[in-house]
Amino acid sequence: MALLEVTNLEAFYGQTQVLRGLSFTLEEGGVTAILGANGAGKTTTLRAICGMVRTAGEIRFAGERITSRATESIVRYGIAHVPEGRGTFMRLSTEQNLKLGAYARKDAAGVADDLERVYRYFPRLKERRNQQAGTLSGGEQQMLAVGRALMMRPKLMLLDEPSFGLAPLLTEELFRILSAISSERQVSMLVVEQNASLALGIADQAYLLETGRIVMSGRARDIGRDETVRKAYLGY
Amino acid sequence: MDARSNAKTRELAALASGAKLSKSQLVGLALALLAALALPWFISDYRNFQFTLAISYAMAVLGLNILIGYNGQFSLGHAAFYAIGAYTAAIMMEQGGIAYYWTIPVAGLVCLLAGFLFGLPALRLEGLYLALATFALSLATPQMLKYDAISRWTGGVQGVTITKPDPPFGLPMSQDQWLYLFSLAVVLVLFVCAWNLLRGRTGRALKAIRDNPIAASAMGVNTALYKSLTFGVSALYTGIAGALGAIAIQFVAPDTFNFFLSIAFLVGVVIGGLASIPGAVFGGLVIVFIPNFAEQVSKAAPWAIYGTVLILFMYFMPAGIWGFIRMLYAKLIKKARVGGSDPRTR
Amino acid sequence: MDLFLQQTFDGLAFGGIYACVALAVVMIYQATDHLNFAQGEMAMFSTYIAFALLHHGVPYWWTFLLTMAISFIGGVLVERIIVRPVEGTTVLNEVIVFIGLLAIFNSLAGWIWDYTIKPFPSPFPDKAPLGVTFIGPHDFGVIGVTLVVLAAVFLFFRFTPVGLAMRAAAQNPDSARLVGIRVGWMLALGWGLAAAIGSVAGMMVAPIVFLEPNMMMGILVYGFAGALLGGISNPVGAVAGGFMVGVLENWVGTYVPFVGSELKLTVALVLIVTVLVFRPSGLFGHVVVRRV
Repeated sequence: MALLEVTNLEAFYGQTQVLRGLSFTLEEGGVTAILGANGAGKTTTLRAICGMVRTAGEIRFAGERITSRATESIVRYGIAHVPEGRGTFMRLSTEQNLKLGAYARKDAAGVADDLERVYRYFPRLKERRNQQAGTLSGGEQQMLAVGRALMMRPKLMLLDEPSFGLAPLLTEELFRILSAISSERQVSMLVVEQNASLALGIADQAYLLETGRIVMSGRARDIGRDETVRKAYLGY
Repeated sequence: MDARSNAKTRELAALASGAKLSKSQLVGLALALLAALALPWFISDYRNFQFTLAISYAMAVLGLNILIGYNGQFSLGHAAFYAIGAYTAAIMMEQGGIAYYWTIPVAGLVCLLAGFLFGLPALRLEGLYLALATFALSLATPQMLKYDAISRWTGGVQGVTITKPDPPFGLPMSQDQWLYLFSLAVVLVLFVCAWNLLRGRTGRALKAIRDNPIAASAMGVNTALYKSLTFGVSALYTGIAGALGAIAIQFVAPDTFNFFLSIAFLVGVVIGGLASIPGAVFGGLVIVFIPNFAEQVSKAAPWAIYGTVLILFMYFMPAGIWGFIRMLYAKLIKKARVGGSDPRTR
Repeated sequence: MDLFLQQTFDGLAFGGIYACVALAVVMIYQATDHLNFAQGEMAMFSTYIAFALLHHGVPYWWTFLLTMAISFIGGVLVERIIVRPVEGTTVLNEVIVFIGLLAIFNSLAGWIWDYTIKPFPSPFPDKAPLGVTFIGPHDFGVIGVTLVVLAAVFLFFRFTPVGLAMRAAAQNPDSARLVGIRVGWMLALGWGLAAAIGSVAGMMVAPIVFLEPNMMMGILVYGFAGALLGGISNPVGAVAGGFMVGVLENWVGTYVPFVGSELKLTVALVLIVTVLVFRPSGLFGHVVVRRV
């Protein structure tokens, strides 16, 4: 049974249709990348999975039908969404932000363990644990967002443009950590990125989205070598 | 689309928004007017009094609607302007011995000024905050009216009693019948003025400010001036309504001009429909006649009913009765069009 | 000097009541961007419930707690059933619903318990403790009770997971949903807490101004004024603002000749308009930038 099964997904912002019949599956384990230009519908796909936009079609997570459920119920199935713009709770402290990730969990010991683990992945967050999250830099807030998602001990992590607005060195560091998390923690990841080379660097599978439809799919390596993709998205 | 269907669409739009009257609408209006004029002779004096009051309230509701419906500024304080108009009339007539018909323009001017002056600081207040400030205004009004230092004119807690005017030139009708016709005349003139004002450039400017103030000012509309003026005009209408009401009731007292009066006006606006002139008439009738029926149940009942009505309308008919009628009308027109030639199906 | 102290503490007592109302208003405002105009009437209605309980022989402090509990449940129900359908629609729609609630609570109280003024007992002994003379026993008690309630609320939000979740839901509902917080219920909880706090204000003020359906109208305006003065985005600020308004009201009433006790509401009005025009974020709030 696939972890995530998307069938004929359509998504709408008001009267405008953004996704036009998306179908794909995600197996457990590994990193999957969704690539595409601005406006292709990448972010909308993640938001649709989390029930944040009006949809038609079907989405199944670990066999359970999650379409037309409320966001707060969907995430409790084990989906952690690192949103575009990070979604930081600005006026709360770093540690409070992280603890909120564990809101729906009942295992206090496990939560404490996971908090230590997050601090090990992101030592900078530990330094600033009592600082107001709004005062963190963009890169730190991105780490915070990933950390908060980890605190949910999810089966699937959705990452929306994690490299957005970050300096190149920082993004490399972040993606290295993401890759480590994926292999060490057995969290499946679905990464949406405009920066194709970054995403393909850590992904196993990849999909290419164009105006709300999947136009290419396959192993990340193969997609990365495809000539049209190279010319249009990788710049060489 | 060719030029003819363009013109037809524009005409339909004008009709739907009330900017223009179709022939059938004009006929309907004329009939309604005739009925209104004939009314006093078919009903008792008490009913005449009630309808006069309804006319006064309809005018107050229109005043509030100009502000809320057309200009998007929210006021919970219009009882204050109604009070100012009422007291102006009372003081002029009883303390100044001036004839009742002069009180109308004076009440209007006083309130125009008061509204404009209140509108100036209100410029910086949006939605919720303006609601809050006007809420406080409503609550402070009875206290201000009872203030000792001015009780020489305002009569303090007891208020002022007004002598009922007689019909002019010894016309063969009762005082109540005359008052009804007088109020009707005043209100008709002012309703037509409002209609003219609101369907033209001014109306569009007001609505632009209501819908997107930043864009409106970016397009060169002097938002500040319009907003303050709208407050003033809104107060003017409500003030004149207050004067008419005072003359009809023959009595002004501080505690009648409290927050609940502001609620009543709001109910009138909500039921009649935002940004609707005819709706104000519905509103006025509602304010007078609902308490009549409701009070037979209990003294508290009218307000419980008002409250429930407000809430239910917000759920199911936020555009009010008139908005609902307009929507039906637009749907009927659409059906008639599709039945005819629709360029899209060619 | 004696008069000054007396007026100041008298002001603090009323200030405590205003602070409770201000806190209730700000709690709902923070979570929903609404100003609950019906807060006063809900508090008044709660006080009538307390009155009915006392009438049936329930001892005072049990009545106090029971009323808070009933008000809490009432607040939750009001939000879930009546306010929810218009949540997220226009400001106009929401305010109108609140006004409707105001009218309904007010008239229900009048219908059930009629409009005659009723005395409401004070739970505090006849003499203030510690031989204090510059402040009456009831005022002393009011300050004490409101401080206890406010402290409890503060601790709740600071140290409990639910409190944290409520703050998160208020600050950033989308992100809150993403961590599994049921934002809708957090909102309802906020309304429940606000109603409970409001009931405390009602029960504390009723012995002073006597119980009647219009009891809380003026107090609500003062509560708003306090919330605005302190900063409508800042609960602690709002509480401080409430106390300040109470003291200010008494000082102005005593020392400014032409105001006396007659124009107090006008003072509140002027205060509100002044704050809104010159410093809408209040003394302790943060400024909100408006984007096009």
